[in-house]
Amino acid sequence: MRVTDKNVAYVADLANLELSSEELERMLRDLNSILGNINRLNELNTDDVAPMAQVSDRYGVDDARQGSERSAYALRADVKEGLRPSLPHQAALKNAPDTDGTFFEVPKVIER
Amino acid sequence: MIAKNEIADTAKSGLGIGATALGIGATIDAVREAIIEEKVSATALAGDFYDRIRREDPEIGAFLTLCEERALAQAAQIDQMAAEGIPLPPLAGVPVAIKDVMVTAGVRTTAGSKILDNFVPPYDCTAVARLEAAGAVILGKLNCDEFAMGSSTENSAYHPVHNPRDKSRVPGGSSGGSAAAVAASMAVATLGSDTGGSIRQPASFCGVVGLKPTYGRVSRYGLIAFASSLDHIGPFANTVKDVALMLRTIAGRDPMDSTSADVPVPDYVAELEKPIQGLRVGVAKEYFGEGLDPEVRAAVEAAIQKLAELGCEIVPVSLPHTEYAIPTYYIVATAEASSNLARFDGVRYGFRANASNLSQMYRETRDGGFGMEVKRRIMLGTYALSAGYYDAYYLKAQKVRALLTRDFDEAFKKVDVIAAPTAPTPAFKLGEKVDDPLAMYLADIYTVTANLAGIPGISIPCGENHEGLPIGLQLFAKHFDEATLLRVAHSFEHART
Repeated sequence: MRVTDKNVAYVADLANLELSSEELERMLRDLNSILGNINRLNELNTDDVAPMAQVSDRYGVDDARQGSERSAYALRADVKEGLRPSLPHQAALKNAPDTDGTFFEVPKVIER
Repeated sequence: MIAKNEIADTAKSGLGIGATALGIGATIDAVREAIIEEKVSATALAGDFYDRIRREDPEIGAFLTLCEERALAQAAQIDQMAAEGIPLPPLAGVPVAIKDVMVTAGVRTTAGSKILDNFVPPYDCTAVARLEAAGAVILGKLNCDEFAMGSSTENSAYHPVHNPRDKSRVPGGSSGGSAAAVAASMAVATLGSDTGGSIRQPASFCGVVGLKPTYGRVSRYGLIAFASSLDHIGPFANTVKDVALMLRTIAGRDPMDSTSADVPVPDYVAELEKPIQGLRVGVAKEYFGEGLDPEVRAAVEAAIQKLAELGCEIVPVSLPHTEYAIPTYYIVATAEASSNLARFDGVRYGFRANASNLSQMYRETRDGGFGMEVKRRIMLGTYALSAGYYDAYYLKAQKVRALLTRDFDEAFKKVDVIAAPTAPTPAFKLGEKVDDPLAMYLADIYTVTANLAGIPGISIPCGENHEGLPIGLQLFAKHFDEATLLRVAHSFEHART
């Protein structure tokens, strides 16, 4: 299946990208070239293969443990006191393009 | 933090200590011993490296930002310890530099992108903090492809990096600055990141050693995410021993990264000296097929012969799904990237475009802030995840990823390490592949497999072509078996010299 200019415009919209007409044209050409190579995956029968999303649940863990127990080492104890403090408010705002000192400010979201 | 051009003229005079002998190709041990024996101070050494950077880097372009204040404060602390006779930590005074995808508190971090041009992080990446805690002096931040997306460092939004071995050629990528800085002796060791070969391929192109550890071996806390199931942090240096020292420092469980594994960290340096006689080295024909440059093939085959002479048993293995690695990688990596890069929206940090409403602000920010390759990968990943295409692309790629991993599991039942070329060719010319993304992606053909499977891989110099361009030997090992990987690499390195 080939990507159409309609597909490209739709995906750009999903990805919050504003592409110029020149960029849309180039994207159409590049995506079709790359997907042409990717379509070779269909040469393989994978009906009986379980998908693999991560390496970390397969290696380096205690094989005697199952399910969520396998990554239990990654969980901290549930405590009320002694938690690492969060980033201070002012530090978190320091890189903000626009702020009132308490919140991040953005252009109006709802028109009325 | 001082921008690079601002410090170009702050000449350091009167240091008087000739550290120049340490400058070219210095090793970590040489630096540490020189400081212990008071032949040089950490402060003078840092000054010498900054002098060298100011002299050499205008023609190479490895650095994006220098952090001289932070470096000299750390060096002064090391000198103070030396003066008081306090035992020095393992990386005491060692000048290092960091790929600009790892955040550094108070030091601008750009990921090679204009969207983070003004970003000054509030915290340190764990790997960076561990190096500094071990005494290393952080000189600055290194150029790379934007968000580590690329194989030549030509996608940096700032400037390209020139290969120190031939300045008309690329240093590889995406960690091109990290490889070039070591190759040009502008740092003793550096950190890079590797999502599809971004440490090993530039190490090969620049003639240095580069290691991608096992997935989970090194914390990624503070690494600006590209593809979370494939991203790794790892070291570059001139020698395998220095890479082992760097790995020993940065490896190990970090409570700040739930994907960092709870697996003990061996003393990689002590393990180097163990014999390699009797180890089984796998060779897979799939890594020697069409597209492999004849001189690269000859050098890698000679390296395998050398391993046989050193007492290793050479065993043919099969990795039958290798030809599907690039398409698998470019679906998984771009799908994860499209999700990870959604955070760059102009709200909390970085560049923001002026617009009258929020939706338009997001779009114009991302359009103005991201370069073409980043947009291309976000588009491909979003497409692969979109309704109607998810099963055909993303799910299919995850299944083939399982097959590729199974190939390695089977091979490692028969062998201890696998030897292969790092890249199909030596360094190519700047501009040669910029207009053909698919050709650029194919430069990663021998490296992406280790990221998909999560196994460790190293690139070490194994020769040069007729133009004097370096060629890299790549070795893979089982998950968490960096000790064997480094040991074989170390023996090979010493048999060559």
